[in-house]
Amino acid sequence: MARAAVQRRLTWQLATVDAVTDETPRVRTLTVGVPGWPGHQAGQHLDIRLTAEDGYQAEREYSVASAPGEPVAITVERLDDGEVSPYLTQELQAGDEIEVRGPVGGYFVWRPEDGGPLLLIAGGSGIVPLRAMLRHRQQTGSTVPTRLIYSARTRQDVIYSAELMELQQGDGVDVVLTLTREQPPGWDGHTGRVDAELLRELAWPAGQDPLAYVCGPTAFAEAVSATLVGLGYPPQRVRIERFGGTGGP
Amino acid sequence: MSSVSRGFRGRRRDVGGEEGRVPPGQYVTQDFPVLSAGPTPHTPHDQWSFSVEGAITPRTWTWEEFRSLPSETVTADIHCVTRWSKLDTVWEGVSLDTLLGQADRGGMFVMAHCDGGYTTNLPAQDVLGGQAWVAFGYGGQPLPPEHGGPARLLVPHLYFWKSAKWVRRLLLLDHDMPGFWETYGYHNYGDPWREQRYSGD
Repeated sequence: MARAAVQRRLTWQLATVDAVTDETPRVRTLTVGVPGWPGHQAGQHLDIRLTAEDGYQAEREYSVASAPGEPVAITVERLDDGEVSPYLTQELQAGDEIEVRGPVGGYFVWRPEDGGPLLLIAGGSGIVPLRAMLRHRQQTGSTVPTRLIYSARTRQDVIYSAELMELQQGDGVDVVLTLTREQPPGWDGHTGRVDAELLRELAWPAGQDPLAYVCGPTAFAEAVSATLVGLGYPPQRVRIERFGGTGGP
Repeated sequence: MSSVSRGFRGRRRDVGGEEGRVPPGQYVTQDFPVLSAGPTPHTPHDQWSFSVEGAITPRTWTWEEFRSLPSETVTADIHCVTRWSKLDTVWEGVSLDTLLGQADRGGMFVMAHCDGGYTTNLPAQDVLGGQAWVAFGYGGQPLPPEHGGPARLLVPHLYFWKSAKWVRRLLLLDHDMPGFWETYGYHNYGDPWREQRYSGD
């Protein structure tokens, strides 16, 4: 039974930061070695716990950025008023230890047998769990037709930029970027929000029974998912992961 | 014993008035974050109804009938498993004591069913005795759809995923069954003060 499979206890593990990679000026990927990591599915998240010298602790959740079987990685966007993200993106170095437990979640996951056509829609750092899905698709040799629509503020804010371009060129994944705030000179891509017009043009027709994953800030996820339902996507084929409140930590 | 995170100081919050009100691992937010697994349903009032069924005399209320039931204003602190807590939220809703009646429900369970297919399970004794409501108002306004409107469950003493959005039906059961998130590894009961986030906590 599926239930039995998730009954194991999630204990805190002391993990070592093996590598830090700057993705954008505000975003950093941390690759961590977690002894006894039970493995994860593409789209799941994990918990991080930090402890100050006086015992004060802070915990947060982050999506796993790596595919199943790859070393565990998270990609963190620095929120200037945040408590944890400035530490993870500016202070933490390779060799440091943090506590981790997971993986957590089981609905916002994609497995090759879930099929598609796959429509992945990201707002900002909402790309992170979708990137795990894209890597998993590639890793398993899946040929599921896949389109990524990724909304970022500026070209510089695009996370995994080189990797996404490679996927676009070599792996049959349509990558559509839209830059909402500022475009580089000569930009001939999309410029607005992921709105009804864009989705009418780019979302797989509902008749193809597509499977959609939407990840982004609340307002983004609300608007995109409502539009997909309006285009005929059954609600159970639109899976959503939202983050932030209306600007929370 | 936790390992100290080199260089981490954390942000000590001004806990004035918050002391003893924020469960372990939580932080206080002024926002009202939205978390749900699927698109927000928008059920118009004239297509909305609320039912109780299972091991209870079945009963269905239309929106108008439901709104004519006695309601209460509830001020409560709420705690989301994703670690935000929001203090002094003000709701208006119908007590489950009103909806489920006064019969002894000892040893029984409630499965809440919602628009969009979401479910969550609770012991009946946790939703009776002035502990749970079907809330239709928030902050003096109608409950917005993204926060569960027209009406959601409000069970503030458990993690907030138990306060199911868009609730339409309560099924009384003589046995426990996991709901949606409970099947995906979240704790079956979800007491924030015991930090019961995940199965086994």
